[in-house]
Amino acid sequence: MRLLYFAWVKEKVGRASEDVAVPEHIATVAELIVWLKSRGPEFANAFETQDVTRAAIDKSHVRHDTRIGGAREIAFFPPVTGG
Amino acid sequence: MIRVQQEDFDIGAEIAKLKADRTDIGAIVTFTGTVRDQDGAVEEMTLEHYPGMTERELSRIEAEANARWPLQASLIVHRYGALKPGDNIVLVVTASEHRDAAFDAAKFLMDYLKTSAPFWKRESGPGGSHWVDASQSDTHAAARWRKTKHAAE
Repeated sequence: MRLLYFAWVKEKVGRASEDVAVPEHIATVAELIVWLKSRGPEFANAFETQDVTRAAIDKSHVRHDTRIGGAREIAFFPPVTGG
Repeated sequence: MIRVQQEDFDIGAEIAKLKADRTDIGAIVTFTGTVRDQDGAVEEMTLEHYPGMTERELSRIEAEANARWPLQASLIVHRYGALKPGDNIVLVVTASEHRDAAFDAAKFLMDYLKTSAPFWKRESGPGGSHWVDASQSDTHAAARWRKTKHAAE
């Protein structure tokens, strides 16, 4: 599964994207975030305020309780500030 | 029509393109967002974006505006990359027979764009560099449109 990171999430994680093997038991975005945080201090830091972190599956905004099964790419980013 | 691009846009040229070969349009409304220097605090603004998702979101928002209002045409152009104070950031154009739809749709497009289009602003200046925080007032503005939609149904 491809993971993408943007803005200060990307800066804290130290990478713009990566391909990961997500453990089978991870069912939702929320569970994915918990698993990501366990991968290292840079992830724990990036997702510290995880309520604020936004997610998109295959380029559509999703809530944290959304199931990730079948997703090709999942992106994490701060609340948007365009316009 | 939506475009996500690094280059600047020309508002007059975009209106002319929109009007070309048609005489049924009665009202054209435009909104332009530009970079403010905030009393010298901002010397540069950089817009990061999620290629592919920006176009998808802007198309989705535009489709919703066209479903809610009788628009004859609409255009969103959003830039990304490094910008300076005074530079154009975003253009919204709406066209309809009468002005109410054009004005309301333009506001709707901006309120929704500001809360869902995946762009992130970084400002830098004499005080250093920081990511702009999303604003509560933008979130409330977008939420008000959801209330009016439910009220109308």
